[in-house]
Amino acid sequence: MAQKWTNYKAHQKLVNPSNKRKLDIIVVGTGLAGASAAASFGEMGFNVKVFTIQDSPRRAHSIAAQGGINAAKNYPNDGDSVYRLFYDTVKGGDYRAREANVYRLAEVSNSIIDQCVAQGVPFAREYGGLLDNRSFGGAQVSRTFYAKGQTGQQLLLGAYQALMRQVELKTVKLYTRNELVNIVMVDGKARGIISRDLVTGKTQRHFGHAVVLATGGYGNTFFLSTNAMGSNGSAALQAYKKGAMFANPCFAQIHPTCIPVHGEFQSKLTLMSESLRNDGRIWVPKKKEDAEAIRAGKLKPTQIAEEDRDYYLERRYPAFGNLVPRDVASRAAKERCDAGYGVGNTGLAVYLDFKESIERLGEDTIRARYGNLFQMYEKIVDDNPYDTPMMIYPAIHYTMGGIWVDYELQTSVPGLFCAGEANFSDHGANRLGASALMQGLADGYFVLPYTIQNYLADDIRTPRMSGDEKEFVEAEKESQDRLNKLLSIKGQRSVDSIHKELGLIMWDFVGMARNKEGLQNAIEKIRAVKKEFWSNVRIPGSNDGMNIELEKANRLADFIEIGELMALDALNREESCGGHFREEHQTEEGEALRHDDQYAYVSCWEYKGDNQEPELHKEELKYEEIQLVQRNYK
Amino acid sequence: MEKTLNLTLKVWKQNGPREKGRFETYKVSNISVDSSFLEMMDILNEQLINEGKEPVAFDHDCREGICGMCSLYINGRPHGPDDDVTTCQLHMRKFKDGETIIIEPWRSAGFPVIKDLIVDRTAFDKIIAAGGYVSVNTGGVPDANALPIPKPDADEAMDAASCIGCGACVAACKNGSAMLFVSAKVSQLALLPQGRVEAARRAKNMVARMDELGFGNCTNTGACEVECPKGISLSNISRLNREFLTAKIKD
Repeated sequence: MAQKWTNYKAHQKLVNPSNKRKLDIIVVGTGLAGASAAASFGEMGFNVKVFTIQDSPRRAHSIAAQGGINAAKNYPNDGDSVYRLFYDTVKGGDYRAREANVYRLAEVSNSIIDQCVAQGVPFAREYGGLLDNRSFGGAQVSRTFYAKGQTGQQLLLGAYQALMRQVELKTVKLYTRNELVNIVMVDGKARGIISRDLVTGKTQRHFGHAVVLATGGYGNTFFLSTNAMGSNGSAALQAYKKGAMFANPCFAQIHPTCIPVHGEFQSKLTLMSESLRNDGRIWVPKKKEDAEAIRAGKLKPTQIAEEDRDYYLERRYPAFGNLVPRDVASRAAKERCDAGYGVGNTGLAVYLDFKESIERLGEDTIRARYGNLFQMYEKIVDDNPYDTPMMIYPAIHYTMGGIWVDYELQTSVPGLFCAGEANFSDHGANRLGASALMQGLADGYFVLPYTIQNYLADDIRTPRMSGDEKEFVEAEKESQDRLNKLLSIKGQRSVDSIHKELGLIMWDFVGMARNKEGLQNAIEKIRAVKKEFWSNVRIPGSNDGMNIELEKANRLADFIEIGELMALDALNREESCGGHFREEHQTEEGEALRHDDQYAYVSCWEYKGDNQEPELHKEELKYEEIQLVQRNYK
Repeated sequence: MEKTLNLTLKVWKQNGPREKGRFETYKVSNISVDSSFLEMMDILNEQLINEGKEPVAFDHDCREGICGMCSLYINGRPHGPDDDVTTCQLHMRKFKDGETIIIEPWRSAGFPVIKDLIVDRTAFDKIIAAGGYVSVNTGGVPDANALPIPKPDADEAMDAASCIGCGACVAACKNGSAMLFVSAKVSQLALLPQGRVEAARRAKNMVARMDELGFGNCTNTGACEVECPKGISLSNISRLNREFLTAKIKD
């Protein structure tokens, strides 16, 4: 295992510099994975075309990651190593990730930190001038590098600047406010995309010897999530429809520390970084009457005496305490709230309290560590977290599932690669904090630049296509037909109203706790939403020029199908693991109960046509390095 | 009882860069004070769609103040009447019942209007492309701890690097200058040993590109610093001027 990546690199095929100039690569998405891949391909000498739906590559949602990025540097000398990062990631993912991919991720993690520092990423430092680390959930070492509460922003700006340098050098051509609407297949291989210019409404055909999708996750299926408003699963779904398998769609991460829902008009949920759990303690009142009084506004949290507080994570998981993995922390919060101990006016919130840390370290230290997060909280909730505990509740945050890829990050469609959150590969059934940034940059800087060459080496004699070939023309027509069909519905309901309906179904039945009956119910309801959408959506305006409602409708059409796929997958997986919790499968203490004898596999769903059940393929997960055991954070 | 507001909105509508724009007046009612400004705009758009009209186009994405996508000139201030926030973090509790709110796009020669409240900010990308980076390729770099950096320098670089590229500084400036944006990037990289190597070239190239793209000159009014949602300091402009002059003297 430890040698696999070294051996791969030693024996893979390469492309010589003069041939690189003849090869075109399309990269869709400019988050950490997309921007780092596109910049690296450009530096290597390939011709790159890169697409983003935003007005600038710098706005991709990677930018919102707050807490940090993991690496096995072991700078704090606390016993970390590549093996331990590998082990923690596999365990954190509840033994549903592919060992070899995770090992490689841990192995290249250190190079990412070196690269980012060389780019001028201003990581936090100690007074001695060396890099500082902090702890994140699911680990007993401090291996998280950070830049205030804006680590994602700084890493993305590093990758974005590297990308803009290549744009200036003309190795990369940048298409902003451009969305992938179709993937072009020629002789069974991905050979290009159809993009839609979101300003003019015009579609365009683009050829590439290979296509890389780095388009992020599909958490917005739930309408309310911590994702950006524009984050969507459409590129992944288009890939699925062209034959790329969709893996583990039901593995979605519910993040435990988000600002609770406050009203019907709510458009998104705001995450409060997991790093807060380093110094914040999570609790609810011990007595139900106290919880009731708080909900009625008769009591303040600061009035609850120490002995009347239930620090339930510290109580249930003494070894990891407030730093248990996200899935565990989320379920524990739900358990307390369902039992009637929740706070806030809805009863769907728990406290995250900094009182003890402020007493121990002083307000200035806490301000230096989390100042921007506290400010963000105060602006939204109008409450000062230095004086009164924050209220938090779980929300949909990240999707571990995604397009199936092999060790080379190639999908089941030759020539189509998938990186970052969009693929399924490294996090199993639950992602650990500070590992998404690591994976995005690992894929883009240190994996794809090798593996894509191994594919392109056989393509040096394939001439560029003009885009006038029949496959391109047909793909473009297919996309235009779909847009016109959407515009022709002229129904009664706005896109958002239907999306909210879908989101509620997802949250109620395909959310934190799932069961057979609920999932069957959800599938029927989602199919009804699909029917409603295709017969009753109202999109004002036309396809000439900017039409934001049309963009949203086009994405919602895909979210509906992803929602159904998530429910189908959750129904199939008759076990609990990581973020997937089936109520029928739990231990006596309410912990997730896996069934390794039956479900130690990746569910790979193959598209079989509109309104047809997809076909399930199973990739067996063989563990050579790590022994499968029940996760224990006690 | 939850507090709600009834409001009159005067919103800039414009079909394209070359079209003539105009203000449209809309009414919204029962807006919760706990909703965000953009949620209020969502409610307006839902209302317009239900009336069979075209919604108002505005830029937004992360809705947590970090992507820099949202803009809006609200009652004469970029990102509206609250301090240190972007429009997406602005909440309706900052407004009064019965108030009239005027909503305009960024107005600057460097940022042409695309539609309604959406402007084209690709000029910022072009300025970064001119030199807003350290010229290193992927791989072949030294260990991250090989070069110690004094904590105050690293912290100051981080403060400068907090810029989200929203363009409020340009919108706030009577000259339409992009100096705060440019100086934040120049400062971040000039403060770090990794970026020091190319500091002179970077300052010259980025300033030249800024001038080419039609941004105005800086006359030190300080409006940019006041309106910057991330509190980027004017001292960055002084540093840029120093970097720029030193580079020019060496030429």
